[in-house]
Amino acid sequence: MSLYYVQKFLYQLNRSPSMQSSYREDQHTVLAPYELTEEEIEALTAPDVGKLFHLGVNGQILMHFAAFNKIEWQDYLQRLRDGIAVHGPVREGVYAMTTGVDEIVASADASSADTGHRGPENGVD
Amino acid sequence: MPLVFAGVCSHAPGITGRSDMADPDVRHRFYEAFAQMGADLKATKPEAIVVVAAEHFANFFMDNMPSFAIGMADHYEGPIEDPDWLGIARQRVPGDRELSERFITEVMNGSDVAYAEEWKFDHGIMVPLHFLTPEYDVPIVPVNINCQGPPLAPLHRAWTFGESIRAACDALPHRIAVIGTGGISHWPATPDSGKINVEWDLDFMDRWCRNDRDALLDYDDRSTYLEAGQGAFEIRTFLTISAAAAGAAGTVHFCEPIPIFAVSCTIATYDLDTGAR
Repeated sequence: MSLYYVQKFLYQLNRSPSMQSSYREDQHTVLAPYELTEEEIEALTAPDVGKLFHLGVNGQILMHFAAFNKIEWQDYLQRLRDGIAVHGPVREGVYAMTTGVDEIVASADASSADTGHRGPENGVD
Repeated sequence: MPLVFAGVCSHAPGITGRSDMADPDVRHRFYEAFAQMGADLKATKPEAIVVVAAEHFANFFMDNMPSFAIGMADHYEGPIEDPDWLGIARQRVPGDRELSERFITEVMNGSDVAYAEEWKFDHGIMVPLHFLTPEYDVPIVPVNINCQGPPLAPLHRAWTFGESIRAACDALPHRIAVIGTGGISHWPATPDSGKINVEWDLDFMDRWCRNDRDALLDYDDRSTYLEAGQGAFEIRTFLTISAAAAGAAGTVHFCEPIPIFAVSCTIATYDLDTGAR
């Protein structure tokens, strides 16, 4: 488990257009310097943003990796829900999920949005 | 030169990136309030704008994370995000290295800060500038408070940082504006995005307007996390502006939830004539 290096890789990828070009050419060469498990490499190369969310990648980093992979916003959120449904709750970090996997909190239709407050189920790790 | 302007605003990326998905009426009123804040800011003829934001891993990471950082360059670039995703074209934004160096030197009398001669702006600064200075014609002094990677500086240190910023503004000859950017309650970038604790937000903004130091510091990160989400760690930027306003009373011009933007979209300013200086 090396969440720190997964996030470090994504942080560096997000801020470097040249690294993004290299990564599009050859994912494994770009990933090689980072201390990653097979599970993490598989999630990154797939790319499986739902699995990465489950592993604990901060959403502020993950949403840009999704944009890099041309995953639009609502699809991104659904993939995160699916990741939790398949793999279980977020393993670590403060970007956990407090709503249900079948719950759409804010959709494009503003009338279906929920602005009420529910008690969260997850605390700080 | 006394501080010429102090205010806070939201910076959520959905404000520009998911503009077409919001209710048109509330979006229109919010954009108008944002533009009015820009007009009010411009009327004070600022020579520099200190933008106190909470960035999201654009420049700072857990390999060397500063609690407080200030930019020191003649220009910056942004947005770091995909411009299509954010809905803001990539810009070169003016800075002022010499002014930043003088400002940082003064701030250091009261607070320890990191400085950075390179800085890529993310939505935390670019979304506010898109509305406030759409011509990108006023030099920016970017300021960051780590609200992302715990451990985070405690709130009372953010307050002291705000006091240090005010002392620096008072010590320099320039007309300086300070803008804090961030969310109040929110659960950004997760499936919880759009969940908003409106009651919590209005209570926080009431404390902000009263500029009540004790009430603004009467939060701890655990209860904030449980009640208002990880995004609410960004109240540090708002209360830094409170401290910089030195007792001035504030007015909320807009504070309404727009779920697809993920926050109670907020525009508020201090009447600096009511402050201690």
